[in-house]
Amino acid sequence: MEFGLSQEQVLLQDSITRYLKDQVPLDKVRAVAEDPGLDQSVWHGLTELGLAGLIIPEAHGGVGLGLLEAVVVGETLGYHVTPGPFLSTAVIAPSLLIAAGQTDRLADIAAGRYRVGVALSEAVGARLDAGMTVSDGRLTGKALFALDASADAYIVNGPNRQLYWVDAKDPGFTRALLTTIDKTRTLCELKLDQVDATLLTDDPAVLQAGLDAGRIVQASDSLGAAQCMLDQAVAYAGQREQFNRVIASFQAVKHLCAEMASQLEPCRALIWYGGHALSEGDGSARLTVCHAKAHLSEVAQFVARTSTEVHGGMGFTDLVGLHYWFKRIGANRQLLGSPEGLREEAARIQMLVA
Amino acid sequence: MDLTYGPEYNAFRAEVKAFVAANIDEQPKPGDGPRSPAVRAWQAKLIANGYHSRTIPEAYGGYGAEPDIIRSRIIAEEFSAAQMNTGFSGQGISMLTPVLLELGTEAQKQQFIRKTIHGELIWCQGYSEPGAGSDLASLTTKAELDGDEWVINGQKIWTSTAQISDWIFCLVRTEPEAPKHLGISFLLFEMNTPGIEVRPLVDMTGAANFNEVFFTDVRVPKDQIVGQRGQGWQVANAILGHERGSLAPPDAAMSRLNGVIRLMQQETIGGERAIDNPVFRDRLMRLQGRVMAMQYNDMRLLSARINKNQDTKLAGMVVKLIGTELRHEIECLGIDVLGEIGLSYGDNPYLRGNGSWQYQYMYFLGLIIGGGTSQIQKNIISERGLGMPKEPKLAASGA
Repeated sequence: MEFGLSQEQVLLQDSITRYLKDQVPLDKVRAVAEDPGLDQSVWHGLTELGLAGLIIPEAHGGVGLGLLEAVVVGETLGYHVTPGPFLSTAVIAPSLLIAAGQTDRLADIAAGRYRVGVALSEAVGARLDAGMTVSDGRLTGKALFALDASADAYIVNGPNRQLYWVDAKDPGFTRALLTTIDKTRTLCELKLDQVDATLLTDDPAVLQAGLDAGRIVQASDSLGAAQCMLDQAVAYAGQREQFNRVIASFQAVKHLCAEMASQLEPCRALIWYGGHALSEGDGSARLTVCHAKAHLSEVAQFVARTSTEVHGGMGFTDLVGLHYWFKRIGANRQLLGSPEGLREEAARIQMLVA
Repeated sequence: MDLTYGPEYNAFRAEVKAFVAANIDEQPKPGDGPRSPAVRAWQAKLIANGYHSRTIPEAYGGYGAEPDIIRSRIIAEEFSAAQMNTGFSGQGISMLTPVLLELGTEAQKQQFIRKTIHGELIWCQGYSEPGAGSDLASLTTKAELDGDEWVINGQKIWTSTAQISDWIFCLVRTEPEAPKHLGISFLLFEMNTPGIEVRPLVDMTGAANFNEVFFTDVRVPKDQIVGQRGQGWQVANAILGHERGSLAPPDAAMSRLNGVIRLMQQETIGGERAIDNPVFRDRLMRLQGRVMAMQYNDMRLLSARINKNQDTKLAGMVVKLIGTELRHEIECLGIDVLGEIGLSYGDNPYLRGNGSWQYQYMYFLGLIIGGGTSQIQKNIISERGLGMPKEPKLAASGA
């Protein structure tokens, strides 16, 4: 019995951490925030580490690892607020394609030749008049908050939870960047007018597999981002002096840090189990994933606020850059299902909803 | 991640299951007191079969097995699943016995361990005092040597089971001139010694879960000390950490949460089941997610005891803080679901769950405070877990 990360998983985390510290420091994040197009250079580096094909089987040119490894990577990227489309291109899209048995595009994704965005918001909770209609194999309609504004193709939720593949070069395809608080990942609005679309599946279980994978990795992203905010708070409190002593020696400050740590630390085991259970096809996986994403949304939000408070006025400024983590956590909370929606889904899975 | 216990444990689990099935009807009845023959016989049977005092050497009355965390876990799982009586607990077994095994003399081990684990000696713990709670090391109950006897004067408080205990293990100040952590000794003495008075301390639940214990010229043989004079603080701390996490086990919290689910399915508000109320349902699910995190955290801690290379220092430190507060909130939801019915306590025809929702709600507030308050836990987590500095000490007045 071993409940924890294997040596290989720890090595994976360490090697990505080293790369990000070296190649994607906060200055680089700031540069991408100014010019979203620069995220491709970051992503290119990560694809060279094999992240694009992390969960794609070796037979299709990937690394062939599981969702627990994707969770480990997600946590690391969240810790460093790394820009780019890891969640959509490397986690959700391959999960959908593998579950749908549509494997011919996997090699291009694994090789980093293709960025695949996902437009699934309408499947989770459609807002305004967003939605798609289909006729003669062509999609028409609007998708809001699609992940990745620079993708080469998108997997789009169609009527009845069908999933379609559309190419961004199609003449009927237009998109507009939707600027949000989080400048490290891009969202966009897709407008499709008679776009040539390939039906990937009409099995709703495929959509579910993609959502599950995306949710657990996004929860791990929040875990990493929150852990970094806690670490920054402890470090800042240890050097900031007021009343002739470091503020880390005041119980008022120490207790805030202890509260962050005590809420955050048990999340680690919850996230690991979620990734492991999904990989193993365990029956309890979906419930764990709903709870993991909902719970991490709450805990990370608490940490985001509290860490900022520990930093005092500096936490509120752009100088320290703490807001990149604050906003990343805020975005993770709303995407792929709000905590309220996920808790209702958890109740539904247990047949507690009439 | 490998969440299986391994095939070598399958036979052991089958053995435990068979024991449970064969003996479930033999276990003591709810009304049997701690000194009844039925309870004593049950305890002896559990020890003889390795289901209690499993790793305590045979020479001291235990079963004498090698420590095996997974076997212990399997026993706990199977007994819990069948709601089988797990035998005696209490501070003599959970706290004193490990201390004696580690630091007691051979004579003390022979004298106390066998009788303690068989339930023939019931112990209470004399640590806290009215003036020494969170700052336990400032305790002032003093013991002075007079010939071959210690003479003890002072007062203890929060002493659970004092009214039924045969013996007490007690922290007393023996070196008044020494720094406070170095002037304490760990003494053992009988509760029927002249000069001891026990007064029940009724708490907010209406029950007397604790006592006050007063010592007036209590004379105790000199050799009834564990460790050396002045080492009592170190002796007590060898096991204090062990108490904290066990105050709020996550599996018990999940079992209680499942009780809230059943309650919500049964109780109606204006003709609608409580579970169909989305606000209550959201509170329920939020708690379920939090308890689930603590359950997996617990598995991680179990794993770290088996695989020594895993670092779970912080994961272990947070269990008491989070576990007790979580449990308090679970009981609170049970009460809120019941509304005015939830106010019922004692003799009331609408009482639910034998009054346990209100009782546990209050009892767990007690546990948030007891065993190291939440605020003390936060000091420990921030200082020992996160490496933050201690609050600077005030200059001693008049020094």
